[in-house]
Amino acid sequence: MSSLDPREELASRLGLPAAPPVHFSSPSDVRERLAAHDYLSDDAIASTTFLSDRLAKPVLIEGPAGTGKTALARAVAEATDSRLVRLQCYEGLDESKALYEWNYRKQLLRIQAGRSDQGGAEEWERLEEDIFAGEFLLTRPLLEAITADEPVVLLIDEVDRVELETEALLLEILSEYQVSIPELGTVRARQIPLVFLTSNSTRELSEALKRRCLYLYLGYPDVARERDIILARVPGVRAALAQQIAEVVRSLRGLDLKKAPSVSETLDWARTLVVLGRDEIGVDETVDTLAVLLKYQSDIERAAAALRERPPAGA
Amino acid sequence: MLDLLAGFIGELRAIGLPVSLTEHMDAARALELVDLGDRSQVRDSLAATLVKRSDHLPAFLQAFDVYFAMRPGAPAAAEPEGATAAGGDDGGGAGAGGGGEGLSAEELSDLIYRALRDDNGVQLRAGARAAVARYAGMEPGRPVGGTYYLYRTLRYLELEALERRLLDGAPGTGGLQQRLARDDAHGRIERLKSEVERAIREHLVEDRGAEALARSLRRPLPEDVDVMHANRDELAALERALRPLSRKLATRLARRRRRRRRGPVDLRATVRQSLSTGGVPLELRFRPPRPAKPEIFVVADVSGSVASFARFTLHLVHAISSQFSRVRSFVFVDGLDEVTSYFEGVDDPAEAVRRINAEADVVAFDGHSDYGHALSVFRDRYADQVTRRTTVLILGDARNNYHLARADVLADVRARARHVYWLNPEPRSYWNSGDSIIEQYARHCDGVVECRTLRQLEAFVGDLG
Repeated sequence: MSSLDPREELASRLGLPAAPPVHFSSPSDVRERLAAHDYLSDDAIASTTFLSDRLAKPVLIEGPAGTGKTALARAVAEATDSRLVRLQCYEGLDESKALYEWNYRKQLLRIQAGRSDQGGAEEWERLEEDIFAGEFLLTRPLLEAITADEPVVLLIDEVDRVELETEALLLEILSEYQVSIPELGTVRARQIPLVFLTSNSTRELSEALKRRCLYLYLGYPDVARERDIILARVPGVRAALAQQIAEVVRSLRGLDLKKAPSVSETLDWARTLVVLGRDEIGVDETVDTLAVLLKYQSDIERAAAALRERPPAGA
Repeated sequence: MLDLLAGFIGELRAIGLPVSLTEHMDAARALELVDLGDRSQVRDSLAATLVKRSDHLPAFLQAFDVYFAMRPGAPAAAEPEGATAAGGDDGGGAGAGGGGEGLSAEELSDLIYRALRDDNGVQLRAGARAAVARYAGMEPGRPVGGTYYLYRTLRYLELEALERRLLDGAPGTGGLQQRLARDDAHGRIERLKSEVERAIREHLVEDRGAEALARSLRRPLPEDVDVMHANRDELAALERALRPLSRKLATRLARRRRRRRRGPVDLRATVRQSLSTGGVPLELRFRPPRPAKPEIFVVADVSGSVASFARFTLHLVHAISSQFSRVRSFVFVDGLDEVTSYFEGVDDPAEAVRRINAEADVVAFDGHSDYGHALSVFRDRYADQVTRRTTVLILGDARNNYHLARADVLADVRARARHVYWLNPEPRSYWNSGDSIIEQYARHCDGVVECRTLRQLEAFVGDLG
């Protein structure tokens, strides 16, 4: 394929003198540097992050709550020495909260202050040019991420919370790394930010958005990785205990629960057990502390019953 | 490589994954950047660029295994060979790695046991291949997907015994330890199963080529499975798909209801807002709208032929019942019974649906669907509770076993209700053939909807609010 490097192509479109240096040299480089910041990745995470950097494409991360979607963006920001700019999405988010807003209060003051005795047409002309200057522009996270001179990781959190129509706001910035402001013209990025979008998939995102992103599904980790996560994130936990915790959690996830325990809840549980001074856990300790792991009474009852049940004979 | 990628993407599209041209190009670029000798890197890069929904991942992985299996020049080629060699060394016999002919049945079973116990992926793969060569009894050229070979191989491997053996070796005596050990052993056995499946697939690819095999392996995506003809695995997959689906639907309905109309101008808030602009009311403020929620009556045929469809619909409607002011359910075969109370105070609608199957009193005569009689009972007992705010959903194939249609009953119900919809789980082309009399009822409905798959059901329910 006779392809230009996507980064250089984007850089020339943005009018940058040269493509900014890449952040990662290989997927294993991603793994190591994230691990240095206590984020344990797996093959898929490392490859996707690496590609996101090289292809200059945003990553859409989906998965159950509490599996480390936001933490990944934070870890990447730390590992690449970038500033993390975060846009928390919610219902009713609009461009005045996400992109930019004219500070119309200040504009109004400016107009009132300038309303002098002479008045007249040329006065108004001057004023008009004046009040749509950068000075009266309030930058919101997306514009801020783009106009920053230093490297930036942009995190658009819980993008599934905004309405379908609002998603369209993001499209320009996700594919072109630029923002059009009618009164000012187009603002282009001064570097190529790494962009992460997270979604709890409470609704289907539009095809247009998905097409512009790489996709990463973050499910629950397997026992070995979860054990390593516990060891990395919970100070003072013994390896044997971490292993046991990871196994119990896997067991619980196998039950048909309303809400399976997430990684962050596992970590809370591990911390609880460490504070309680346990080196080993039995059925009773587990049942007593289930409330840390599970958030529905019916789930707690079901899990307690399953843990107490005698294994079938012969097993 | 690019040809291979194009073929692979063609296969993904044939399965039903929407892969656009941009995504194709991204995938090609990604392949230039990653290490082609590393199978998992290739797989993850393709997944990141081509698959944009988590429930499409299993289909992707299966197709990937087929297309990037033992092909000369394909990135996977190097790895399995190394694996066999390593397995052969450890297997304890010259030539054992190739096909396992040199191993006796016990040696083979021992090799697999040790691989499982030590969690040794390379050896496990070698063992699985040897087992397939030995037990599957593959006949070249047969156009099959391999389920039968899988069944044969697994039967010879005696998985239960293997699982027990794994458990015996596990330390710990407490109840919890035992439980954990059991889960662990179970997980390892599952891994063995998928290795065997993969080995069979590799053989089949060798035998018949990737395109042909992919065609016989092709399965519809979960949302496209025909509910009436789903097998047990597919039903389980559908069941799993229901929970996130109902959550999505509830969010969508709630959102649309709130947004559909703005409430009246809120003068107080508008004046308050105008203070920050020097008393100039630049923005109007509105009161949030409070539209009424509809009431839903579900009347479902639960006779054998359409039972699974009725189950899914009841489950779905009750899972999003918070979006309606009230949901009442009725089930019938030739008699009719209200089952709303089964869903009250139950966390999991699936539980209630199971109880309905066991307990509801729905058979009046012979246990064959009688729509005419069931609908008359509905009208006589419950029609006075149907109001202008009620939407009535009738689920069934309208196969009346040549009983009286009594379509006039439905007309009475419709006169009282806001809407009457009929959801038919049969393909449209079968309607009005044989004993299906959907046409007679359709005249008295606001709409008759073909509802064979989860996707169609979702679309319909999504428009209800």
